[in-house]
Amino acid sequence: MNPLAILRTALRALARNRLRSFLTALGIIIGVAAVIAMVSIGEGAKAQVEQSFAAMGTNLLVVRSGSSQAGGVRGGFGSQPTLTWDDLAAIQQLSSVRYAAPELRSSASVMSEEQNWTTRVAGVTPDYLMIRNWRIARGQGLPDADSDSGAKVALLGQTVVEKLFGAYADPVGQSIRIRNVPFEVIGVLERKGQSGIGEDYDDTVLVPVRAYADRLQGGLKNYIAGMIYVSAALGVPTQRTERDLTELLRDRHRIGPGREDDFSVRNLEELASAREASTQTLTTLLAAIAAVSLLVGGIGVMNIMLVSVTERTREIGLRMAVGARPNDILLQFLVEALVLALVGGLIGVLLGVAIAQRLSAGFGWPLLIRLDVVLYAVLVSAAVGVGFGLYPARRAAQLDPIEALRYE
Amino acid sequence: MALIELRDVARVYQMGDVEVAALRGVSLDVERGEFVAVMGTSGSGKSTLMNLLGCLDRPSSGRYRLDGAEVSALSREELAFIRNRTLGFVFQSFNLLPRTSALENVELPLLYAGVPAAERRRRAQAALERVGLGARLDHTPSQLSGGQQQRVAIARALVGEPKLILADEPTGNLDTATSIEVMALLQELGRGGITVMLVTHETDIASYAARNIRMRDGRIIGDERRVPVQAAEQRA
Repeated sequence: MNPLAILRTALRALARNRLRSFLTALGIIIGVAAVIAMVSIGEGAKAQVEQSFAAMGTNLLVVRSGSSQAGGVRGGFGSQPTLTWDDLAAIQQLSSVRYAAPELRSSASVMSEEQNWTTRVAGVTPDYLMIRNWRIARGQGLPDADSDSGAKVALLGQTVVEKLFGAYADPVGQSIRIRNVPFEVIGVLERKGQSGIGEDYDDTVLVPVRAYADRLQGGLKNYIAGMIYVSAALGVPTQRTERDLTELLRDRHRIGPGREDDFSVRNLEELASAREASTQTLTTLLAAIAAVSLLVGGIGVMNIMLVSVTERTREIGLRMAVGARPNDILLQFLVEALVLALVGGLIGVLLGVAIAQRLSAGFGWPLLIRLDVVLYAVLVSAAVGVGFGLYPARRAAQLDPIEALRYE
Repeated sequence: MALIELRDVARVYQMGDVEVAALRGVSLDVERGEFVAVMGTSGSGKSTLMNLLGCLDRPSSGRYRLDGAEVSALSREELAFIRNRTLGFVFQSFNLLPRTSALENVELPLLYAGVPAAERRRRAQAALERVGLGARLDHTPSQLSGGQQQRVAIARALVGEPKLILADEPTGNLDTATSIEVMALLQELGRGGITVMLVTHETDIASYAARNIRMRDGRIIGDERRVPVQAAEQRA
């Protein structure tokens, strides 16, 4: 019997019992749809975590200066300025570093013509914008660090724009005063939203680092009174950059072996991957639950196929009498189970994608359908069909034609 | 060479601890084109004999040559092949596939013979026309009368151009008039060169056969040749 004829025979047998075929396939449909929907929920959650870390900056490391120690009281990191502008220049030369930029920041009151607002003011360089994934929504970016880093210009975050000028105003070209020092607004930053812990990224003013140090902070000419943001070079693991930074700074600060660092390097990438790992666990858990429902669907297929073999005993006997070999009977029932499972699997994929779409729209997550999961679900449902169809099919093939023909 | 050669064929069933002998040494030759009726009460072994002749079962001992080939020791696959190419079956309860058209029911043996679809259809149609159902190709069994259903079954039996048709009580579920029609059809097949073996317990059905074999207790107790009644003339 050729494969096409086997397939046609199986389809006819299934079509003769439409409702039952549908109900059997339903088990597989729900199982596959659950797998796809659950995995896409997990992936959506993971993507959201990734997004919030991407807003913070990618491949990010933060270098802070060391702690002060005065009369037995130990200050926190950054309380003792140990990082110098020369350290920064040296860090920028490292091959495992893509960008390195200082961030000197404090809270300061900012005034426009009509309003005032207390916000975070940070002295930074153009590289800082690259590291932190800041984009310019309007106007222009910060002037180049070397040529004009002392210029009294400012970039405003969206929240600051709203507080000082109103929601729909264009502040570019306007003048503001930061701690009573006049600055010209040259650009507005693109909206970034909240950080992972609810901090408003957009409530900030960025000014050139020289202008900040000279006009707003004063003192400490050689030391960086803040931190250095570093992004790892492309393709370089952040752990390597972290090690290079530590070695470089220990060397430059002449810290002998066995003595404590007078600075700290924090790897934010590791934090991100820890968060990702926990959402990955969630995805795995959801997928496991869904896989159980697929298994139950498979058992449903086996159950119905067994009933079908019993019901069609005389048909099997007749087919054998007119020349069906045991293998023909085996294949017929196996293909029936396979068709049920595969059709169920394909409908399940469509249903699962539809559910994922509704859910991602509802939660505001990106829609993530993993092609490998879809493929896997279809393959598993085919395997379920063959696996759970094999036993009933073998029972059918091993029937004695005489007994089968006499069966009532 | 005879079409069927049985030599000392016995068939013993194991029923728990008891051995039941359904056939106790049957020897029989049937020539090509013969029309044979096998008669006997239930338990006489006639069904067992038909199962063996139909290659649905294998003898416990003895030899069975069908169309010159020894078939008593063949595997299930080889027996299926013989059933497909050499034999045709007609059953008392028709055994048609439900909700399946007459045409597709008749195509079934050709499906397992690996005949291409177009030729399958052509041959099944020709077989149905031969039994007088050329106008009912697309009817399902539930849309046909009992006599028509049995004629579909006969078409299915002869579509593979078999050498031997085995009919097990083919008129058991039919009224007298329809029985005569079916017998006329079988006689016509016999005249066409096909050997027909028929199991029945009705003497008037057996009278359509040119040779009557009587069985009792697993043995042949009578084998006589006679001039058969012509069903076609009765019908008229």
